[in-house]
Amino acid sequence: MRAEPTKIQRLLIFFLWSVAFFTIGILIFIIGYILIKGLSYVDLKFLLTLPEKMGKEGGVWPFIFSTLYITSVCLVISVPLGVGTAIYLSEYTREGWFNSVIRFGCDCLAGIPSIILGLFGFIFFVIYLKMGWSVLAGGLTVSLMILPFVIRSSEEAIRAVPCALREASLSLGASRWQTVMRIVLPNALPGILTGIILGIGKCVGETASLILTAGSSLRLPVSIFDSGRTLAIHFYILAREGISMEKAYATAAVLIISILVINIAAYKLMHHFVKRYKRESIFWIRLQ
Amino acid sequence: MKERLIKGGLSIIALTSLGSLFLIAFFIFKEGIPIILRVGPDKFFFSTNWRPFEKEFGILSMIVGSLSVTCGTLILSVPLGVGCAIFLAFFAPTLMRQLLKPVLELLFAIPSVVYGFMGVVILIPLIQTYFGGPGYSILACSIVLTIMILPVIVSLSLDAIQAVPRSYLEGALALGATKWQAIWRVILPAARSGINAGVILAMAGTIGETMAVIMVAGNSVKMPHSILDAVRPLTANIALEMGYATGEHQEALFATGVVLFIVIMILNVIARFVAKSGVSK
Repeated sequence: MRAEPTKIQRLLIFFLWSVAFFTIGILIFIIGYILIKGLSYVDLKFLLTLPEKMGKEGGVWPFIFSTLYITSVCLVISVPLGVGTAIYLSEYTREGWFNSVIRFGCDCLAGIPSIILGLFGFIFFVIYLKMGWSVLAGGLTVSLMILPFVIRSSEEAIRAVPCALREASLSLGASRWQTVMRIVLPNALPGILTGIILGIGKCVGETASLILTAGSSLRLPVSIFDSGRTLAIHFYILAREGISMEKAYATAAVLIISILVINIAAYKLMHHFVKRYKRESIFWIRLQ
Repeated sequence: MKERLIKGGLSIIALTSLGSLFLIAFFIFKEGIPIILRVGPDKFFFSTNWRPFEKEFGILSMIVGSLSVTCGTLILSVPLGVGCAIFLAFFAPTLMRQLLKPVLELLFAIPSVVYGFMGVVILIPLIQTYFGGPGYSILACSIVLTIMILPVIVSLSLDAIQAVPRSYLEGALALGATKWQAIWRVILPAARSGINAGVILAMAGTIGETMAVIMVAGNSVKMPHSILDAVRPLTANIALEMGYATGEHQEALFATGVVLFIVIMILNVIARFVAKSGVSK
């Protein structure tokens, strides 16, 4: 006897709804759990004092600072390279073998897991170029991770700028470069920024590669050649070595809040951009 | 003249990502290949003895660990992910769609250490209570990774599904099929190559994931016999021992990296071909 198609359909639709609710539920649960457990230990003192006894007591100021430091180094390197590549791919060339080779390289780079990037950063930046475990080595390694992503989202944002704008500019006698700098980039800026902000989010959460390249010193890094422990690494060490659950939850809460803030900021910017060009959300590009 | 300079400069910038890819491959291989040859590929790949201090480097149990965790993750995440994509494309009311997309986004943005930690504090006790054993296991890994990889599978399958012309669905409906029959028999086959490519990419991501896995896998170097056994995937091996490894031990960890690198590159290339094969049809 065959089951009735409409019955199967009803059953499956029920299944799909539960999958959707399950997904939403998990997100709410993770964020809620971390915030409820951790937020009560987070205060200004926690954020702005130095850690004591390996992080068992005291605050996380050096780790917040290292996170910001490494992220800035990473952006200084990856943004010019990424946006430059995107401009080249979308404004200066036609689709040809050279473009597809670059895209292929970019896709492969995006596929490399962070632990492999960490191994590379360790042997190349830390040992071979003698940077030692440092903010610089960490920043360079993470910038390799962010680069393909910045390229992709910038390229998408640049392509979204209507061709009519370029044509108008060129017909007024502007050179290609002038058109790019004065017309294309300003119009694509919100889209590019969205990509960069999401890249920052990735930097903030990165652990595996940084533990091998930036080290895990407890001190505040001053020079770019000092070792620094990021928030995510600190959280990992606290949780894994069981130093202090309280502090681990508190650090996790700080991490989650910064990720939330970063994503909401990116979302607002993207909304602005999408409205202007009626584009599918940039957000979804990142996942590819 | 200035224009040509700019174009030249930009083309050099554009080559950096390709250049760094080669640099990465070169350095990982340079450090890792010699030790594989010295130990002998057969011993390196097919021995389960990993005793770095006695100069025994066999990674078979870790390869099995990585594979079993990846299989477990795919079994759980593909039906959920593709289901979610179908839901978003055909059944979800606008409100639900507007809610679900940012939710998946945020799930993707949460750092992997946090997932690992949640696995330790929530999932491990649950597995201990309901299945017994220590809890740190292939099962725990697979569940944590499923949640992590879900957004990727959803977004890629949704792309593939939305690329199927609307008229296919309308045609099937006009012939009297239910919406579900139309999706199952017409839309999904048409979107198959895109979905496959997405699954392969997700697989590559799963094999390469480190921080979440390291916290819930148990990390013992043994052949697993059931899904409740602890394993040590390849990535975890590198991350756990890199901190204190020196000399040959360190080289052996790079050799583990070589294996990972090659597997993941192959998966990426396959995914590209699979995706392309769908486009040409």
